[in-house]
Amino acid sequence: MSEGAAGRLQAVLDAIPYVRFLGMGAELAGDEMTAILPFKPSLVGNPMVPALHGGAVGAFMEMTALAQLSIVEPARRQPKTIDVTIEYLRPAREVTTYARADVRKLGRRIANVHVEAWQEARASPVAFLRGHFLLSLPLQAD
Amino acid sequence: MVFDLKAATALAERMMRTPQVVALGFEFLGLEPSVAKVKAPYRADLVGDPATGVIAGGVVTTLLDHTCGLAIKAADSAYAASATLDLRIDYMRPAQPRRDILARAHCYKLTHTIAFLRAVAYEVDPDDPVATAQGVFVLSGAPPAGGSA
Repeated sequence: MSEGAAGRLQAVLDAIPYVRFLGMGAELAGDEMTAILPFKPSLVGNPMVPALHGGAVGAFMEMTALAQLSIVEPARRQPKTIDVTIEYLRPAREVTTYARADVRKLGRRIANVHVEAWQEARASPVAFLRGHFLLSLPLQAD
Repeated sequence: MVFDLKAATALAERMMRTPQVVALGFEFLGLEPSVAKVKAPYRADLVGDPATGVIAGGVVTTLLDHTCGLAIKAADSAYAASATLDLRIDYMRPAQPRRDILARAHCYKLTHTIAFLRAVAYEVDPDDPVATAQGVFVLSGAPPAGGSA
């Protein structure tokens, strides 16, 4: 069962060109997903600090929310982002970034998702994202 | 507020050479007082929804964030650096597939330490936006001498 969920998640991620552009991956333990953004030089937004581009961190967290929704609601098309609020706590350094999404409310049409991103220590998050996502109608059975 | 177009443009062009912006292929369209414009050319490898061919929301996020950073330079080029504190993005509609996306950011208030910005992403008409953004950035580096608080 969890093998199937992991395979479905990987298939969702593999199908999205922008996920490959970022170099993002994910690991699944039961229904808990950790999204992983390995460092690569092209993600840098400020070579002086140096730090990852805030936009790339935000994008990674939005993709984490969409990936989590694909686990919670596998029989739907990709939800549409309605709004996101991104809060930056500290610069994201040139190391691997992780993120976890928490689906706080799953309504009939709207999902509310909170995402937290961190690097070396989960207790020192680099950024948060809160977003609303418009869920599409369930896919027709084949 | 000090707007030195030449100095601000030089800083903006340097910010356009940051690796993530180069990787995304963003193009600098220029500055006006407190305003910056940037283009994100459509690219198949930046698609976020393969079912529709629409560019990933994350590309729009980075475009709006980066354009806001440039608009701070257009408001006052004396600050050494700015970092995003928070950014709120509302998506009005999906971007049109195979169309470039433009962003315009306006720094409407600058204090010694904080910049307040609004930005919009669109294909043709800023009044028919793909997304709008509201951002707050924290400034660092020497504030202009004699500036107000």
